[in-house]
Amino acid sequence: MMHITEGSHAVAEAVRLCRPQVISAYPITPQTHIVEALAEIVADCQLDAEYITVENELSALSACVGASAAGSRTYSATTSQGLALMFEVCFNAAGMRLPIVMSIANRALGAPLSIWNDQQDSISLRDSGWLQFYAEDNQEATDLHFLAYRVAEDHSVLLPALVCFDGFILSHTYEPVDMITQEDADRFLPKFSPYERLDAADPISFGMYATPDYYLEFRYEMDRVLKQSKEIIHNAGKEFGCMFGRDYSAMIEGYRLEDADTAIVAMGSICGTTKDSIDEMRDEGKKVGLLKIRVYRPFPTEEVAKALSHVQRVAVLDKNISLGAKGAVALEVRDALYSSGIPVKDFIIGLGGRDVRKKDIKAVVALVEKGEGDIFYGLRREVL
Amino acid sequence: MRELRIHGRGGQGSVTAAELIAVAAFEGGVFAQAFPAFGVERRGAPVQAFVRFDDKVIRKRSQVYEPDYIIVQDSSLIKDVNVFQGVKNGGIVIVNTEKIPDYKVPEGVKLITIDATTIALKTIGLPITNTSLMGAFAAASGEIKFSALENALNQRFSKELAVKNIEAARQAYKIVKGAGL
Repeated sequence: MMHITEGSHAVAEAVRLCRPQVISAYPITPQTHIVEALAEIVADCQLDAEYITVENELSALSACVGASAAGSRTYSATTSQGLALMFEVCFNAAGMRLPIVMSIANRALGAPLSIWNDQQDSISLRDSGWLQFYAEDNQEATDLHFLAYRVAEDHSVLLPALVCFDGFILSHTYEPVDMITQEDADRFLPKFSPYERLDAADPISFGMYATPDYYLEFRYEMDRVLKQSKEIIHNAGKEFGCMFGRDYSAMIEGYRLEDADTAIVAMGSICGTTKDSIDEMRDEGKKVGLLKIRVYRPFPTEEVAKALSHVQRVAVLDKNISLGAKGAVALEVRDALYSSGIPVKDFIIGLGGRDVRKKDIKAVVALVEKGEGDIFYGLRREVL
Repeated sequence: MRELRIHGRGGQGSVTAAELIAVAAFEGGVFAQAFPAFGVERRGAPVQAFVRFDDKVIRKRSQVYEPDYIIVQDSSLIKDVNVFQGVKNGGIVIVNTEKIPDYKVPEGVKLITIDATTIALKTIGLPITNTSLMGAFAAASGEIKFSALENALNQRFSKELAVKNIEAARQAYKIVKGAGL
C-alpha cells in the first residue's frame, strides 16, 4: 500500500518484512532513525529477532558475523566513520561468505568531519567482496533490501550486500512509498537456509588461515561468484517485477538514452534531479540521456558498454573521489568503454553535502559538450 | 510543482512542520516530499525545511531556492538570514510576529503576519509555534485541507498533545481565513 513516510522508517519497515533473526548496529547520523525504529519494532514484538546492542560498529558487524555463521539471517546499518570502523570485519564477512545485509545511509568521511552526504563511505569498500546496490529514491531503497537478501543468500552467491541510499537526501525525506505485505515478502524471500553453519554437534571453522598455496584461490572464488551473481540479480529482480510491478532485473537503467548524443552516468539520488534536468534540456533540443547504475558491485561492465555504445560523449557524476586517481564510477565506465573510443569525462560533484541543482547538471553537460571535464565541479576557488 | 521553505531555529519544530504538511498534502491526493536542510543540529541555530507538492512523482532532490511559499517561525531570523530570497512573484510569506513589520517582502509577494507565539502559549502552554503556522499555511495556501492536517497531528502526537496542537492550528487557521488573506 502506498503511504508517505520517512526514508529511514521505510527501510526499517522493509527490514522487518525481511525477518532478520539477529540485528546488531550502533547509531550514527544519518543512519540513526533506521536502528531506532528497528529497536522499537523488536521491543514491541513486531519482529522475532535478537537485537544486540554493542559499544561500537566494529562490535556490531562482528556480532553479525558470529550470528550469520551460526545460521541466522542477519542485519546491520551504518554510515561513514561507522563503516570505516567496520572495515576489517567487512572483508572477513565477505571472505567467510556470510550473506549479511547492511544498509548504508551514505555520508562523507572525515577529516574534516562532515555529517552530510556523498558516497565515499561505501565506495571505499568496493574491493571487499560485498554486493553494492544504490537507490535513487525511497521506493528503491525499500525494495532493494528484499532483493539484497535474496541474492546474497543464494547458494551460488553467498556474499554480503550493502544497500546504499543517500544520507539525509533520502534517509530524512518524507515521500510516498509502496510497501509490500508480509505475505508477499515471505513469498519473494523464503526462510534463510544456510549452506554451512556453526554447529557444536558437527564442528566446522569459518575464516581459517590460508597459506600462499590457497589464498589466491579464495580470492578467485569470491571474484567468480560476485561476477556470476549478475544472473541471480537479473532473475530475482525480474521476479520482483512480476510480483510487485517494479522490475529490478537490470543492473542499470536508461532514461531518454536511446537517441542521446550526450550521456550522463550517475548513481543514487542525484539521478532524480538529473532526470528533471534532462527533460528541460530535451525541451531545448539537446539530446541528453541518463544511465543510472543501480548495482555497482558486481560492476555491470558489459551492460554499460552496450547501453552507451551509440553516444558521442559521456559525463560521469561521481559523489566520491579515489584521491590521486579519479572518481570510482568514472574509472569503471572508462574501462567499459575503453575499446569504443567514446570520450568519458569525470565530474567530482556534491561531496560532503554540497547541493546539486538542475543548473549544475546542465553546466556539466555544457562542459562535456566542449570536451571539458575530469574536474571537481563547482570548486569555490576563493577559499583555496 | 509548488515549493515551500520553512525558516526556523533548531528546536522550533520546522522539520516536523514540513513532514506533517507533506503527510496532509499526500492525504489530499497529491505527491509530496518533505526534507530538512541538514543543518548543524543545535538548538537555536537557524534551520530550514522544505516541502514540494506536485500532481506527478517528485524526482528533484535539490534544496528549495525559488519557493512559492515561505514560513518564518521566528522573526528575529529576518535580520540574520535572507529568508525571503528567491520567493516567486505571486508567492505567500507567513511570518510569526506580534509586531508591525519593519521589513518589506519583494514586490508581488503577499505577506501574512500572525502572532503564533501567543496562540501557542494560550493553547499548548509552550512557545512551540509550528502547529499554529501549519494552520495559517493551510488557510493561506489551500495546499492542504484542515481536516487532513488534523489527521496528521492525531497520527503524530499523543491524544492530549494532539488536541492542544489542533486547537493552536485551528485558531491560526481561523484568523487567516477570517482576515480574508
